[in-house]
Amino acid sequence: MTKKTMRMGRVISPIVTFGFVLSIWYFISYVVMNANRRSVALPPPHDVLSQGFFTWAHNRGIQPIFRAMLVTGRVAIIGLLIATILGLLIAIVMNFAKPLEWSLYPYAVIVQTLPILALVPIIKIWFGANLTSRTVACVLVAIFPIITNALFGLQSTDRSLHELFSLHKASKFTRLRKLEFPSALPAIFTGLRIAAGGSVIGAIVGDFFFRQGAIGIGRLIDNYQKEGRTTELFAAAIVSSLFGVAIFIGFGFLSKVAIRQWHDSATQVPL
Amino acid sequence: MTTEPTSVLSLENISKTFRDGASVIGDVSLTVKRGEVVSIVGPSGCGKSTLLRIAARLEPQTTGTCTVDTHGIGYVFQDPTLLPWRSVRANVALLAELQHLESSVLQTRVDEAIALVGLEEHQHKYPRQLSGGMRMRVSLARSLVLRPHLFLFDEPFSALDEINRQRLNDELLRLFEHQQFGVLFVTHSVTEAVYLSSKIHVMSARPGAISRTINIPFGYPREPDLRFDPSFGMLALEVSHALRDTES
Repeated sequence: MTKKTMRMGRVISPIVTFGFVLSIWYFISYVVMNANRRSVALPPPHDVLSQGFFTWAHNRGIQPIFRAMLVTGRVAIIGLLIATILGLLIAIVMNFAKPLEWSLYPYAVIVQTLPILALVPIIKIWFGANLTSRTVACVLVAIFPIITNALFGLQSTDRSLHELFSLHKASKFTRLRKLEFPSALPAIFTGLRIAAGGSVIGAIVGDFFFRQGAIGIGRLIDNYQKEGRTTELFAAAIVSSLFGVAIFIGFGFLSKVAIRQWHDSATQVPL
Repeated sequence: MTTEPTSVLSLENISKTFRDGASVIGDVSLTVKRGEVVSIVGPSGCGKSTLLRIAARLEPQTTGTCTVDTHGIGYVFQDPTLLPWRSVRANVALLAELQHLESSVLQTRVDEAIALVGLEEHQHKYPRQLSGGMRMRVSLARSLVLRPHLFLFDEPFSALDEINRQRLNDELLRLFEHQQFGVLFVTHSVTEAVYLSSKIHVMSARPGAISRTINIPFGYPREPDLRFDPSFGMLALEVSHALRDTES
């Protein structure tokens, strides 16, 4: 394959997949289902487009979906921000001395393995059923990948570089600032991208369970399901996944800008 | 007293035993003066790198004393050990930053060091954009900024091809003739050792000890063609024989 056909292949292949999925969707909508079932379970793509995306009204179509996405998006981004700051601090503390790592790491693992649904009632008791609780849910989901990736990055700093710093009697802080942190950046960005996806999921789960305050996309999806507004339900689900994709690409771009000059992985980041 | 006023490194009766009881260095004494290149050649595992690490205080010796000039040490590792996220210029400035050199002094010294190794045109590039030889030059320049009186080299050019190695040997000599620091140079290459050194210590292994010391009578500056001088060949032969004797 020449470079040109390969590049075209990269563009065309996903479009072919898209067309294939669409045709299966149409097939099930029109051939497998009858008219009643179709409108409830799987409305055809053009209905989702016209009713979900191209209807412009305060309480129908794309407007309420956008409003809800904004609420959820804000929770996700604030949650991710808090998780990033806290997660980096915890990783730095763990990296500071082995005993600190030994004493903290098991609990970081527990935070990760605790199913977020099991924590919902406790969060509700402590913080109420409001936006704060949604943010807390986000932080809990997003913090673990940040801690583990940052810690891995900090600890995999080249040994001979460490020796170079020892030779010149660099303090722990100088070492962190000039050696370990920059060297951990590629790993930190990997963690951020995983955490970003997690924080979107955390925010949507939060919408479902902490229902006080502005309606988020998770609650909206739940409402549409109860009201049988399937086309808009599909549109809302598509918008929320597009938001996840946007965040993923955003962080890919950010890491590319931050480390492209020196790290090989930056040239291989997808998208 | 073995320590003369001009000596920048003095190792006296150094021995090193690892925690598992393995004795790597038996009893080694040597000195390096300013304006002197002292090489250590020896089979792998003879403890020559360990000796260098002891001189740099990267590792403690088991017994003996190690006295180092207070002007700091230039240590050149086997790898260039550059920070990949820093440009050439910022890499050259690193050690000076760690030593808290004042920023105006630092900038002039960085300029000077970059010029000394001939990397002016590449100073804004990143290490991954450089060839192996250029990276090693950056590594050298980084230490030159500190103007140390003592340079320690741990097989610095072993990863380079022969042409680049000879070129860097020539450049090292030029720097040495210009700055008159003292050098302790660990190498596998006999010709490299003869070409650079004023004195060669041949080490034997298990435990490491200096089995022979060969003085190289050539003065400085040295010309590249010295490598093809018959007396150069004779000295290389003598060092090779001394090396072979350590194995029998």
